[in-house]
Amino acid sequence: MSGFAQNTFNGLVSGAFYALLALGLAVIFGMLRVVNFAHGAFYMLGAFGAYVLLTEAGVPFWAALVIMPVGLGLLGMALERAVIHRLTRLDPLYNFLLTFGLTLILQDLVKLRYGVQSSPYATPSLLSGTVNFGLFDFPTYRVFILGFAVLLCVAVWWVLTRTRIGMVVRAATERPDLTRAFGIDVGRWVTPVFGFGIGLAGLAGVLAAPMRAVNPLMGADLIIVVFAVVVIGGLGSIFGSVAAGFGIGLVQAWGEAYLSNFPIVSQTIVFIVMAVVLLWRPAGLFGREEAPA
Amino acid sequence: MRRTVGVAAASAAVVLVAGCGGGGPQSGGDQKLTGDKIVLGVLNDQSGAYSELSGKNSVTAVEMAIADFTAKYGDKAVTKDITVETADHQNKPDVANSKAQEMYDRKGVDLILDVPTSSAALKVADVAKEKKKLYFNIGAATTDLTGKSCNKYTFHYAYDTYMLANGTGKTTTEQIGKNWYILYPNYAFGQDMEKSFSTAITAAGGKVVGKDGAPFPNTSGDFSTFLLKAPTLNPKPDVLGTMQAGAELVNVVKQYNEFKLRDKGVGLAVGLMFLTDIHSLTPAALAGTTYTDAWYWNFDAKNREFADRFQQKAGTRPTFAHAANYSAALQYLEAVQAAGTDDADAVVKGLEGKTVEDVFLRNGKIRAEDHRVVHDAYLAQVKPQSEVAEPWDYVKVLKTIPAAEAFRAPSADCKL
Repeated sequence: MSGFAQNTFNGLVSGAFYALLALGLAVIFGMLRVVNFAHGAFYMLGAFGAYVLLTEAGVPFWAALVIMPVGLGLLGMALERAVIHRLTRLDPLYNFLLTFGLTLILQDLVKLRYGVQSSPYATPSLLSGTVNFGLFDFPTYRVFILGFAVLLCVAVWWVLTRTRIGMVVRAATERPDLTRAFGIDVGRWVTPVFGFGIGLAGLAGVLAAPMRAVNPLMGADLIIVVFAVVVIGGLGSIFGSVAAGFGIGLVQAWGEAYLSNFPIVSQTIVFIVMAVVLLWRPAGLFGREEAPA
Repeated sequence: MRRTVGVAAASAAVVLVAGCGGGGPQSGGDQKLTGDKIVLGVLNDQSGAYSELSGKNSVTAVEMAIADFTAKYGDKAVTKDITVETADHQNKPDVANSKAQEMYDRKGVDLILDVPTSSAALKVADVAKEKKKLYFNIGAATTDLTGKSCNKYTFHYAYDTYMLANGTGKTTTEQIGKNWYILYPNYAFGQDMEKSFSTAITAAGGKVVGKDGAPFPNTSGDFSTFLLKAPTLNPKPDVLGTMQAGAELVNVVKQYNEFKLRDKGVGLAVGLMFLTDIHSLTPAALAGTTYTDAWYWNFDAKNREFADRFQQKAGTRPTFAHAANYSAALQYLEAVQAAGTDDADAVVKGLEGKTVEDVFLRNGKIRAEDHRVVHDAYLAQVKPQSEVAEPWDYVKVLKTIPAAEAFRAPSADCKL
């Protein structure tokens, strides 16, 4: 029983990373119709930024948790203005290629300076212990990540559903043309939304630094699963991406724990789920089917 | 054999005469080297996961060997025209295959060095056999290079899975605990390591109470399922043996510490670890971990002298792969000098059965039976942070494993 609870907890922690990354991808896709392939690279930059801040300037984890998302968010906004914005009217493939190329550039720049070997980052001392849940002990840091991610997702949900900005963003996501017809300047919100999505990726990166290997390829490995998560949740669906993020984390953890005799299944379970979901609901679990033209 | 220059010169003369008497395949008569020069090829990972433990710094090590060789022989050297070719095989067997062919055929390479990643290493062995050109493997671990895939032109220089398992598996079982839980990446290298370790542990009177193949590559980066399982096994394992490498090893160790398995009585043993891995994780994260090392830069004055020179050129301390590349290039050049020709068959003849002593090879011997280069190995333990006196000095050597025990006996599968 305690084994099951522990695996569930772990699945949720992995899921928290998927959810934060998928949420950023979903809002960006919804607003800009851009599949941001560079999302993993910004996650990596978040983790590396935390490492560089700590080793070069002595900036602690807590400050990095604020500095990196804000800094990367601003960088994302600059990027959107400078290049991505210019390609949104063309075939989506152009931005796909652009962001993919950007990923390679960012990865190699970091590689050039810091090499491929993982860089060390210690868990903040405040969170280095374990919490006793009666049935089992669990690392404090993991509890913190889970709580923090859930809070953040709730906050984003609140902003999107209860504020005027949120309503504009949701409307613009679903029917940009119609929203414009109501006299709302959709374009104004595109850049901040892109920056916000990138900021979330950077935040996930900072959170990952103490528990994952910090190296230039850390995002490239993860982003493949995150894309599967977004597809399962439904492209552009904000709730879907979060739910699918946590769900896939759970499925992966349970698969590893209880299907370890079938390594082929436990290693590919995410993609099996994705295939089944696509067969059953081609627009994803929470995606809306496009009305036939 | 060559402790003094006198002995070296004498033996060189003998082999030289023998070589000429045998009548090499060269028709030119006076021309002893193809193209009047020697070309060494370093084929390894120059941008990926293994580019720091060998990579470009292995090229630096090979260049050091050339400089040392030239300085030693001066005008008596068989040639002063020794160059290095390099290529990136990206750890892909097919790329390694085509790059190796290109090196031998078009770049005039006499010897290919390094080639980490077992699957790529085996491909290059096939190319060496086909082209009848020399190949010293350093970076790969598979024992197949001196087993069923061995051939006349391939030598396995630095280490292999047997050496790692025998050193770490046996000693840890005897000194730390009998019950093991093995976690390995589920592909050729990991499966090979798991088998080698299980054999060594059982032979030492230990028991593998559980083993799991983790997904490879592990895209989620999460190993907690396995780490949580370890202390719940019955009987409880005394040691977690992880066979993961590079970034995956970093993930396992970080999470091992997160779940405080050491406090729960489960020690840590690592299958394959390079100095660069310890640097990534910091000694604090690994303190007390035992593993088998093929060479350590601060083991004695001789190693340290080499490490100091290496640091001046490369800006970092050498891993055992760097030292082995240096040694392999140097021993090849010595063999060519002795044979007076770069003809592969003549050089192989000079190398087989030779005993060698240099900065990397201690009590070294190039076995004629399977071309395994045997030498002393070391059981090492990561120091606690408080004992780390200078950067990169992360390890203390607990025990020297004599060359005769460090490697397996020649395999019956190998027919040269």
